Amino acid sequence: MRLYGREFASRLLLGTALYPSPDILAACVRAASPALVTVSLRREGAGLRAGEGFWSLVRDLGVPVLPNTAGCHTAREAVTTAQMAREVFDTDWIKLEVIGESDTLQPDVFGLVEAARILSGEGFKVLPYTTEDLVVAERLLEAGCEVLMPWGAPIGSGRGLNNLFGLRALRAHFPEVPLVVDAGIGLPSHAAAAMELGYDAILLNTAVAKAGDPAAMARAFAQAIEAGRTAFLSDPMEGRDMASPSTPVFGRAVLA
Amino acid sequence: MRILVNGAPHEVASSTLDTVLVELGYTQPRLATALDGQFVPATRRPAQALRDGMRLEIVSPMQGG
Repeated sequence: MRLYGREFASRLLLGTALYPSPDILAACVRAASPALVTVSLRREGAGLRAGEGFWSLVRDLGVPVLPNTAGCHTAREAVTTAQMAREVFDTDWIKLEVIGESDTLQPDVFGLVEAARILSGEGFKVLPYTTEDLVVAERLLEAGCEVLMPWGAPIGSGRGLNNLFGLRALRAHFPEVPLVVDAGIGLPSHAAAAMELGYDAILLNTAVAKAGDPAAMARAFAQAIEAGRTAFLSDPMEGRDMASPSTPVFGRAVLA
Repeated sequence: MRILVNGAPHEVASSTLDTVLVELGYTQPRLATALDGQFVPATRRPAQALRDGMRLEIVSPMQGG
């Protein structure tokens, strides 16, 4: 998979939040070998050095980081957060989130486009968390984004692909743009379904972190994503409404 | 002067951003700062003057999805 000119062996992007312990996070990363791990920024307490500890853990994972702008509700906040993330994490990659609604955590697509334009202009490689809306997608591409990350369902909901038709339409409209389903994935089957639609990658966090055995679930997701990708490349059969016998009828003994 | 540091009021003696970080005990390298909502790169901290009532945000790496 190629994102912003960089080649990745894996098609899984994994979040680093909500794990029972740092060791379990590390076990999940080892089990899934993700392309990128998402990270964030928060207020640091004087003398606490909580950030240093987390940074040292992430650095040891050996996976490139993708900082996010989680929690930002305006373009301005998101731009400032991205600028701070670039300095702290030493990367110009940013998962751009501008949240518009508290219950669904759906993106404010107007603020998103505005922030994407500013950040692209400043040399950031912007990966926007968006909806499946085609017009917004077009605007984000015009703003300089080379990757789009539509939601599957609300963040943390685990509901899977809420709008299969919309996701299929987005894939069909932008065949050359890397598309990543970000958010709402609950099961490996959801991830496989998105990959079978032709999506390029899956970004998830909660479904692994909140599983009873997170490392096993991380492996299951990696397998499902790979299976879904192989299935997409294998040109799946068309569905039909009525049955069609798979065992040849010709030559069957007449016994009635 | 009195400034807000991550939302909490602090009485500080320093007059620039680089020195106030040391005064407040923020000596670790992986920090980023913003004053009144504007990012201030580490290289510009020595020249960044503080004024009474300014809002200083200090952030560091954290888990994220």
